[in-house]
Amino acid sequence: MSLLEAEQLSISFGGVKAVQSVSFSVEAGEVFSIVGPNGAGKTTIFNLISRIYDSTAGRLSFSGQDITRVETHAVAGLGIARTFQNTELFEQETVLNNLLIGCHIHRKTRFWQDILFSPSVRRQELAFRRAVEDVIDLLDLQTYRHQIIGNLPYGVRKMVEIARALCLKPKLLLLDEPSSGLNPEETDDLAFWLEDINEALGITVIMVEHDMNLVGQASDRVMAMADGQLLTIGSPAEVQNHPEVLRAYLGQ
Amino acid sequence: MRFIRRTDYEQDINLVQHKGHVLWYGLLLLLVFSAPLWLDRFLLGEFTYVFIYAIAGLGLMLLVGYTGLVSLGHAAFLAIGAYVHAFLLGHGWPFPLSMLFATGFSALVGALIAIPALRMTGIYLAVATLAFAVIVEQVLVHWEAVTGGFRGMAVPKPVLFGINFSDPTLFYFLSLLLLLVSLVLVMNILRSPSGRAMTAVRDSETSAESMGIHLAGTKTLAFALSAGFTGLAGALFAHRLTYLAPDAFTIVTSIQLLLMVVVGGLGSLHGVVFGALFVGLLPQIIAIARDSAPPVVAQIPGLEPAVFGLIMILFLIYEPLGIYGRWQKIRQFFEEFPLYRRATHRRQKTFLRTERLR
Ligand SMILES: Nc1ncnc2c1ncn2[C@@H]1O[C@H](COP(=O)(O)OP(=O)(O)OP(=O)(O)O)[C@@H](O)[C@H]1O
Ligand SMILES: [Mg+2]
Repeated sequence: MSLLEAEQLSISFGGVKAVQSVSFSVEAGEVFSIVGPNGAGKTTIFNLISRIYDSTAGRLSFSGQDITRVETHAVAGLGIARTFQNTELFEQETVLNNLLIGCHIHRKTRFWQDILFSPSVRRQELAFRRAVEDVIDLLDLQTYRHQIIGNLPYGVRKMVEIARALCLKPKLLLLDEPSSGLNPEETDDLAFWLEDINEALGITVIMVEHDMNLVGQASDRVMAMADGQLLTIGSPAEVQNHPEVLRAYLGQ
Repeated sequence: MRFIRRTDYEQDINLVQHKGHVLWYGLLLLLVFSAPLWLDRFLLGEFTYVFIYAIAGLGLMLLVGYTGLVSLGHAAFLAIGAYVHAFLLGHGWPFPLSMLFATGFSALVGALIAIPALRMTGIYLAVATLAFAVIVEQVLVHWEAVTGGFRGMAVPKPVLFGINFSDPTLFYFLSLLLLLVSLVLVMNILRSPSGRAMTAVRDSETSAESMGIHLAGTKTLAFALSAGFTGLAGALFAHRLTYLAPDAFTIVTSIQLLLMVVVGGLGSLHGVVFGALFVGLLPQIIAIARDSAPPVVAQIPGLEPAVFGLIMILFLIYEPLGIYGRWQKIRQFFEEFPLYRRATHRRQKTFLRTERLR
């Protein structure tokens, strides 16, 4: 059984068919990349998986469970974490608080315990903090811990967003263009961290990415899309040389 | 410049984070607790008023400053707290029980209001809460059997353990104590998952939801808490007024409450205190200014709400971070002197935000 399965997934916005009958499956443990020109429907697929959009047709399942119509806030609890193309962080909060919110799904305390700050809340806060510090160490964010997101450079925000997603301790991580806005060195670091996340933490990754070097270096399989349609799925080399992919990119 | 050395994680969790806090807040506590010894009676009453306002401000700050939902109708919760408390006292309920019930009842109404308000944000929410406040005001006027209508109703004296708390000094301490308790409760919420969920909803609903935060639940909780604290303030306010009438809970009161959190500084508890001082003492300042102004100006009707509105607009334009934001800048100026850079506080737009997800 695959970790994530999409069958005939479709969505349209008015007349725009953003995703048309796309089927794919992602195996546990792999890095699966989605490539395609602008407007291909890549981000829309992420929004369908994280249930921000309702699909107009098709089925999605995760670990064998049908998630086509689960509630949006329940997706995280199933073990799916994501980042956003243009970062969606909690702007007025510190890096630390952003990461602590990433721990929210592991919360065991109830409101009445919170308002009294009972010993169990304190213990939980310490446990969250330790988990957060592990992620901070992994992604080298120590210097930014107490800074407000609004004051951070774009590249750092991107990493904070990945860190926040990792705090959920997900089974599946969706990364929407993780390298956009990063300089070449930062992109190299990213490739290295991706490997860590995938191999050391055992997290399955689906990544939308334009940087073909990064895609080739990091992914096991690649799915190419254009105009809401699936072109092909295969190894990075196969996809890069696929005639339809070349045509979609060169626009003939 | 001060660097805070952190040696363990508890330090970020505790309410008192370093020795500087102990010193300054200790001094402040000493000051407010000794105030009845050196402050004259009139000012003591004014400060009691500031404390009551601050309790309501804590509630409104949770909603506006921390959850990002605006309310133009909080006078209604103040009214509900006041009337319920006065009504129950009048029916022989003991003081603490009546106050607790008034608080809980306001919170319940707040939670009910949240249901239709869940889908609204910004100006729509402001209008909806305003409409709610108008409805409550009408109920106060027309439900004469309970509220006494325009004639109003007398508030029985606050008697606790056989002691009459309407004595100014005792009432000052009662208000102060309830403010401190409220403050600790709010700080507890803010340093635990419940409060973080609120700030997450404020900053990005999409993101909060994909972090597993239940939007409707969080907003309802914020509304209920906010209404609860404001209701508690209302119950105290009833004793200050000693006689309740609908004209004490109008749109002007709602605006004053909102002004308090905006002028104080959204998203900070210091802001609540600064805001309460400002709003609590401003009517006195306006009254004094009115006396010394030429009659043409002094006799303008509705001068007070106009001044309130004007100040709110000026703050929104020139100092969106409120008095607390200004205070932080001044403090930083002295700490870093002569290295202070103005650009430190200039917000920069370093990235483009798409609207695609909204
Ligand atoms: N909420 C929406 N309302 C209307 N149209 C939408 C919406 N979301 C996406 N679309 C449309 O769906 C199509 C696919 O968009 P999508 O964001 O998935 O592209 P993408 O592959 O992520 O492109 P990019 O590389 O630019 O990020 C586009 O034509 C877009 O305009
Ligand atoms: Mg996209």
